[in-house]
Amino acid sequence: MKSLLKALFLSQLIWCNGVAQAEPRASGDLGLVIEREQGSVQIVNTSKNSALSRITELGDLSHASVVFSRDQRYAYVFGRDGGLSKIDIIQDKLEKRIVQAGNSIGGAISQDGRLIAVSNYTPGGVKIFSADTLEQLADIPAVYGDGQLSKVVGLADATGQRFVFSLFDADEIWIADAKNPREPQIQKFKNIGKQPYDALLTPDGRYYLAGLFGESGLAKLDMWQPEAGVQRVLPDYGKQDEKLPVYKMPHLQGWTNSGNWLFVPAVGQHEVLVIDRNNWQLLKRIPVAGQPVFVTARPDGRQVWINFAFPDNQRVQVLDVKDLSIIKTLEPGKAVLHMEFTPRGEAVWLAVRDDDRVMVYDTETLAETARLPADKPSGIFFASRANQLGL
Amino acid sequence: MRYCYLILLLPYYVLAAEPSQQRQQDLDNMLKHDCGSCHGLPPKGGLGPSLMPEALAGKSDDFLLQTIQQGRPGTAMPPWQNFLNKEETLWLIKLLRQR
Repeated sequence: MKSLLKALFLSQLIWCNGVAQAEPRASGDLGLVIEREQGSVQIVNTSKNSALSRITELGDLSHASVVFSRDQRYAYVFGRDGGLSKIDIIQDKLEKRIVQAGNSIGGAISQDGRLIAVSNYTPGGVKIFSADTLEQLADIPAVYGDGQLSKVVGLADATGQRFVFSLFDADEIWIADAKNPREPQIQKFKNIGKQPYDALLTPDGRYYLAGLFGESGLAKLDMWQPEAGVQRVLPDYGKQDEKLPVYKMPHLQGWTNSGNWLFVPAVGQHEVLVIDRNNWQLLKRIPVAGQPVFVTARPDGRQVWINFAFPDNQRVQVLDVKDLSIIKTLEPGKAVLHMEFTPRGEAVWLAVRDDDRVMVYDTETLAETARLPADKPSGIFFASRANQLGL
Repeated sequence: MRYCYLILLLPYYVLAAEPSQQRQQDLDNMLKHDCGSCHGLPPKGGLGPSLMPEALAGKSDDFLLQTIQQGRPGTAMPPWQNFLNKEETLWLIKLLRQR
């Protein structure tokens, strides 16, 4: 009995020590950096500009995106190979990983944080999973025409437990109402425009805008009244201009909304388009240093940062929203793939793929403040996304 | 020596020199990352189709050369002729077939 008590006491002591040794970690200022070539992610701290750990063997991350649980403890990584990985960013470990499709492009987390939706190229469609267990709850094949399956792009979470997405091959937008996640109700909008390639949800959650690759303009759906149908925005934009070949598909997701203005990349042009949200007319075409890929507003909306497709991807430009003019052209390094702002926007992190580094810039001085080694970094995703609709 | 005239019949690309070591590295990087942004890494497909050897098996070098150099109108595949000359394109095709 005495030895049993002693053993108990000892184990208690070890347990207490163990807890005392592990420094508690909050995650509001953490994020992930995707390393596309080796299929790993780094967990980074944006207050200390430091890397905390690396999680490996996440499959093909040549295209990847991330959403965060609302408690900001878990990051869900969507990989090219259909992999869905749930990472505990507080304990630096891979919680669970499944391969849910053959070829995947992106994902979203539901308004209540309980569901994860993934958009797939092969087989074309959307699947819904439990955020807790990654158990599959629903499969929504993107069927069109004579039973073909379309690639699905531009998946975003909307209010009311809805997911919205676009069918690249079918020229359709679908809304899936997942209040009953095992039997989502689908609403389809057809002939929305040729080849929607990506989409964004305005930060207030009201408008879903799909960019069109096969023709000019965007398709707009008002999530407050989807029954009003899809309207076209800027249908005649750039029709008379020669279209340049597109070396990288522009991306729309991100904070491209600043006040009443929307900033979107012009497909096949060296321009950023400013759209007035009051009347959905073109306010200005801003010439830029290449074909824009990401056009991302600083959280306060004062600046918009732009990166470019090959062969101009060594540049980044900063647009001052006050005058709608470019105030700075930076050359951070070879192949800047992504930009992510800290939660309140005093800094921006850039993924510089071919120079194997992440760079941090002060958004007021526009000077570099830190750099971190990373292996072929592509996307950067901060945990503050957890509390933003559409991200 | 008697058959040296046969060389004239060989397609241009058999005679063409391979890209330099440095250029080969750049091309490999381009294949992984710029082509890979649509075709995947390994290139099992994405927005663009698979470029794995089995997917390319039924396609001639000429067809692939044409596709890479000129692009495919009506699809997202752009022309690469301003960035890749013929011999570099053929070197990439060879690389893809050997994967």
